[in-house]
Amino acid sequence: MTNPRIGVYVCHCGTNIAGKVKVTDVVEHAKKQPNVVLAKEYKFMCSEPGQAMIVEDIKKEKLDRIIVAACSPLMHEKTFRKALEKAGINKYLFQMANIREHCSWVHEDGAAATEKAKALVTGAIYRAQYVEALNDREAPMNPATLIVGGGIAGIQAALDIADSGRQVYLVEKEPSIGGHMAQFDKTFPTLDCAACILTPKMVSIGQHPNITLLSYSEVEKIDGYVGNFKVGVRMKARYVDPKKCNGCGDCWQKCPAWRVEKPKGDKKVVHNALTLGPTKAIYMPTLQSVPNVPVIDKKSCIYFKNGKCKICVKACQKDAINHEMTDVVMDIDVGNIIVTTGFKTFDVSKMPQYGYGKLPNVISSIEFERMNCSSGATGGQVLCQNGEAPKSIAILHCIGSRDKEHHEYCSRVCCMYALKFAHLVKEKTGAQVYDFYIDMRAAGKGYEEFYNRLLEEGVRFIRGKAASVTDYAVFPEEEGKLIVRCEDTLVGKVRRIPVDMVVLCSALEANADAPEFARLLKLCQGKEGWFTEKHPKLAPVSTASDGIYIAGCCQGPKDIPDTVAQASAAAAQVLTAIAKGKVQIEGVGAEIIEEKCTGCKICNDMCPYKAIEFDAVKHKSKVNDALCKACGTCVAACPCGAIKAKHFTDEQIMHEIEGVLYDAKL
Amino acid sequence: MTQKLKVGIYWAASCGGCEIATLEIAENILKFIEVADLVLCPCIADFKYDDVRAYPDGYIDVCFFNGGIRNSEAKEIAELLRKKSKTLVAFGACANWGGIPALANLYTKDAMIERSYITTESNDNPQGTLPQTSYKMPEGELHLPKLFDSVHKLDDVVDVDYYVPGCPPVAKQIWSCIEAIAAGKLPPKGSVIGVGDKSVCDECPFEKKTEGVRISKFKRPHLEKPDLTKKAELNNKPQCLLEQGFVCMGSATRSGCEAQCLKANMPCRGCYGPAEGVEDQGAKIASAIGSLVDSQGNSERSAEIVAQIVDPVGTFYRFGMGNSMLRVKKL
Repeated sequence: MTNPRIGVYVCHCGTNIAGKVKVTDVVEHAKKQPNVVLAKEYKFMCSEPGQAMIVEDIKKEKLDRIIVAACSPLMHEKTFRKALEKAGINKYLFQMANIREHCSWVHEDGAAATEKAKALVTGAIYRAQYVEALNDREAPMNPATLIVGGGIAGIQAALDIADSGRQVYLVEKEPSIGGHMAQFDKTFPTLDCAACILTPKMVSIGQHPNITLLSYSEVEKIDGYVGNFKVGVRMKARYVDPKKCNGCGDCWQKCPAWRVEKPKGDKKVVHNALTLGPTKAIYMPTLQSVPNVPVIDKKSCIYFKNGKCKICVKACQKDAINHEMTDVVMDIDVGNIIVTTGFKTFDVSKMPQYGYGKLPNVISSIEFERMNCSSGATGGQVLCQNGEAPKSIAILHCIGSRDKEHHEYCSRVCCMYALKFAHLVKEKTGAQVYDFYIDMRAAGKGYEEFYNRLLEEGVRFIRGKAASVTDYAVFPEEEGKLIVRCEDTLVGKVRRIPVDMVVLCSALEANADAPEFARLLKLCQGKEGWFTEKHPKLAPVSTASDGIYIAGCCQGPKDIPDTVAQASAAAAQVLTAIAKGKVQIEGVGAEIIEEKCTGCKICNDMCPYKAIEFDAVKHKSKVNDALCKACGTCVAACPCGAIKAKHFTDEQIMHEIEGVLYDAKL
Repeated sequence: MTQKLKVGIYWAASCGGCEIATLEIAENILKFIEVADLVLCPCIADFKYDDVRAYPDGYIDVCFFNGGIRNSEAKEIAELLRKKSKTLVAFGACANWGGIPALANLYTKDAMIERSYITTESNDNPQGTLPQTSYKMPEGELHLPKLFDSVHKLDDVVDVDYYVPGCPPVAKQIWSCIEAIAAGKLPPKGSVIGVGDKSVCDECPFEKKTEGVRISKFKRPHLEKPDLTKKAELNNKPQCLLEQGFVCMGSATRSGCEAQCLKANMPCRGCYGPAEGVEDQGAKIASAIGSLVDSQGNSERSAEIVAQIVDPVGTFYRFGMGNSMLRVKKL
């Protein structure tokens, strides 16, 4: 074997590196290392002339290993690999030493930073002696897309993709699409009606020739890889045939059983039932449901209890109802997946100091939304449990958010929806509104202006997180009221404010089934449970799994405009991938050396991407190149060293360590 | 007739088991003495060091050196035998990676001596006498070899030509090595000889299930019996001992022993050392076992299960401590 011919290039990155690291020293040091043919410095290696220099040197000096000491490989590895390809050598013969993020940016002492840069470059040089040429592979791209979650994010992404002429499968676990947005009455800060802007989109989904809507369905199984996913979707039995049903409503009008009963006795309004009903056992989720097909609630249906009734079947003129219907599992093939599974609201009963569930008229934000909805149980009126309009209302921010006991993060939307609530209360009841906030977070287009408007509308803003809600009256004016206790931090006093109704602005949190779903799709979750994007700034809708994208609140709390923007971004990413027509798979990955594998199967279950198969005939394990993401789990797990991590072999890593420690005194 | 081979067998920090294993070649011993003369073997014949010193350099054709380098004597003789031998073979686990004595590397020399001579329950040493390297007697000064801080493997102190692993190496493999040497058919210098090229699993009578088996309870072979009625789906062999929860080193151990222990329903102890290309056998089995723990994504549960492994370092590095990335215990 002839010795490799290494070229080392040390980048100044303007003053980013050269301001701290003595670049010339690093170059001189590199020149003395084994097999280094040349070492140069340049102001911006990533610039056109910087790259041209590499290409020229490769040709002139017959270099076959290139090292650039500059920024993070995340930033520019691709740039320099392209330069190698341009010069006609394999792109994997490139090695990057990160002397910016790992060195100049994080150290104060220039001399020590220079020594560290030398060590990092030496490591790269030692490693470069052992890198091998690798080849990328290609796989076909299925142009169909799966979207999981039919809220506004899923709807937007589905329409964007379907409008371009591509097939979309939209899976929604509820009987109707629409998600949280369909439960709202108004949207902040413009106060336009949620239904008015959402319903047309929902209807388009139902009618679009390129969209297959699988409502009341859940993804059960995912196999395959980018370009070629095989998905199993369970379509739950809704007991109504969507092909026959015309949504007339005869069935639920005749149905004798209640899923959620109408309020009785003193209770004119049952706040905690607002999100559900009142509805019959066969019911339409909302008046704007898409698909416009009812569903039978098995728990409350009389037929499912005692085998008799079927009044709905008699009522239906289309013969659409069938109590014998069963779940159907459908297999679909897609190339890309967009996850838009949204969020759930924080369970406010976890904070008993606010009395939710114990004190009447303490309600959660989503219940308040439903009460305001004109198609809801109160016809959009704000009412206390006794059916009377409240004279005063307290709106409590940050319930479950910005709270180390629950969620440390800010849920981003609560301040704004609280302002919207305050406005709605003022508009509908004229009641006095007390708004308890920690900080008013109104960062968004038109948001600060909306806050100012509410200040002018006479809402009493109290700066301080409410400590508790009680019905224990101390003063006569508190009798029969809910009393909110709070430290008013602007006044510097503890205050007791009696009101008729308390609205708890609950945090947004990750869905309860998010961990299960993450495992199914090989998604990562952050510590708060939100799905993790590939890069927080530069790849906000991609994930670590190629071909799987995330949009909307499943990635973190956000408002409708941001959700829609992300959904369109994810759709654009998918369309880009489809337009390419093929999937490029990196040459980096695990390879099982057949002669050494004894078929112990330890690696088989380890692979998070299910890329390892067991060949029972040969009694050996095998890596499916297209599925392998080069994570290295199997390489570490293999007890007999039979798995090689291409581009990260033990030899390469051990020599890199040796290089980094070139001047270590042992 | 060609000259007979001159063979040396030496023991350093070892138990003598390697010599016994050599005798296990049984009737082949007759063939052995036809082709070879023993020129050193303290275990069975009375050669003195001065005899060896008197040999010309390179006089010994093959020296099988067993035992690790524990003290100055072992080092001195290793250096002497290197000079006197054409081919030096690190023979057995101790010469290869320190073996059982190298487990003392987990402690400092002082801590080890204190345990051995002072605090061991059966000791009767009221004056706290400790071994000395020299002692003045009326007749003159006596010298004892100096104990090193840790046990080293043979190739830490001298250049080694071949490696024969095992504790002890199995007789069949020993004989195959002798045959290869006698016939002059040896692989390149530095090779491990008398071994297979895979892991013990290759020769094992047990079989893993294809997927989904995780360990939630670790068992010890002297307290619980393996369940031989459980069968793997693949070929109806009894289910892998590791999967049954017995810490078996087989998957991280080089083949060659014909899985003798496993054929007796005992988990592999790892005496044939790491597979080709693997640096650290203990680290390898630790990560393999780690990946089999039924953690269910819960780190507390995982810690509870792993805590059931008694003496993990002593188990995973039973023979490999002298070659481990783990070093002497820091005080």
